[in-house]
Amino acid sequence: MAYFSINQVAVAGMSACVPKEYFLNSRDQLPGLDQAELLKIVSMTGIDKHHIAPKEICTSDLCYTAAEKLIEKLAWGKNEIELLIFVSQTPDYILPMTSTILQNRLGLSSQCLAFDMSIGCSGFVYGMSVISSMIAASKIKKAILLVGDTITKTLSIKDRSTYPLFGDAGTATALCYNEEAAPIHFQLNSDGSAYKAIIINDGGQRNPFNEQSLMPITSEDGIEKTNAQLYLNGMDVFNFSITKAPKSFNDILQESTTNIEDINYFAFHQANKLMNETIRKKLKIDPAKYLYSLGKYGNTSSATIPLTLVSELQNELSTQSLKLGLCGFGVGLSWGSMILETKSICTLPVIEI
Amino acid sequence: METAEFIANVEEQFMETDPGTIQMNTEFRNIEEWSSLIALMLIAMVDEKYNVVLTGDDIRNSNTIQDLYDKVSSKIN
Repeated sequence: MAYFSINQVAVAGMSACVPKEYFLNSRDQLPGLDQAELLKIVSMTGIDKHHIAPKEICTSDLCYTAAEKLIEKLAWGKNEIELLIFVSQTPDYILPMTSTILQNRLGLSSQCLAFDMSIGCSGFVYGMSVISSMIAASKIKKAILLVGDTITKTLSIKDRSTYPLFGDAGTATALCYNEEAAPIHFQLNSDGSAYKAIIINDGGQRNPFNEQSLMPITSEDGIEKTNAQLYLNGMDVFNFSITKAPKSFNDILQESTTNIEDINYFAFHQANKLMNETIRKKLKIDPAKYLYSLGKYGNTSSATIPLTLVSELQNELSTQSLKLGLCGFGVGLSWGSMILETKSICTLPVIEI
Repeated sequence: METAEFIANVEEQFMETDPGTIQMNTEFRNIEEWSSLIALMLIAMVDEKYNVVLTGDDIRNSNTIQDLYDKVSSKIN
């Protein structure tokens, strides 16, 4: 089992940014879906407002703003940041990677190490595991993890299994080397046998973008989308998540000898209320400690965990010492858990651009 | 596993369907409010009440409530 703990690395701050445009399931309309059906989706998924990036805003723009404001509030010198990782499945280009573009745009030194990681719903946990391992190994003092997606750009408006659920967001997490920091625990997993459960079929090298890629295809359940748009098999993902997420979290509790009662808050990937509640009940987590931002932001793919922390816990994060239980699960399929202790970290309210 | 109890648990997932309308031989896709969301609620209910996980294929390969009941029964044993 991939379980490990990283010492001497602390989170210094966290911020999140969303586009100001949004879709409100309880107010707006979708083609082929009447208001009653949309309201039913709101009640079952807990998702109402979800922010949609306009054409000119990419993930990197959201992450850039989140990072710029956070670095400013932390009063970090740009030259002090020696490591930048960008975690996303919605990069600016196929190549080059987006992280070097962000390194330059943020005004970081060319001696800053920067690279991308292509991971979705489990991306924050995976990204944290890599960046904290690198800090611990290198003794790099200051680093920044940018995690986010503008997944709505990949959706068909005629796909009721995705369009009402997803939103866009970018986040920034500042980390530093700190000899006093409590260990960060990680438990990470993968299962590529179900890689087709969440997939954009065309546009990579396996199925290059071609003349058929933009042709709408209607499935037997009335979903109309192209092969260049996101496909999600709701039942298979549901089944995977309610099985694997609780097991991963139980494993991390056991391996780190953490008592679940000692965790102050739980921020799990925000998939939908039905799925998240099923997972919560299996782990017997107190609802008062189990954070939701679904109603405000929907499922923002890799950004959900840091976005939920910033939006639901800003005061507590900035004034208290907290022990947090985090868990991401989804596309890949990939999933993992993390136990993180924070001490009065720097946070800002969720930024809108 | 009692069939009456199973039916009652299934019926709870339907908000607009009158109690008593669902029988073991009911083809669940023919129930007017059937949707992919209700399929997810069924998976969640079975997980919570019977501690077994129905897969997407289990649902796709079932037509009647009896079929679902049989899938759940076989996983319990």
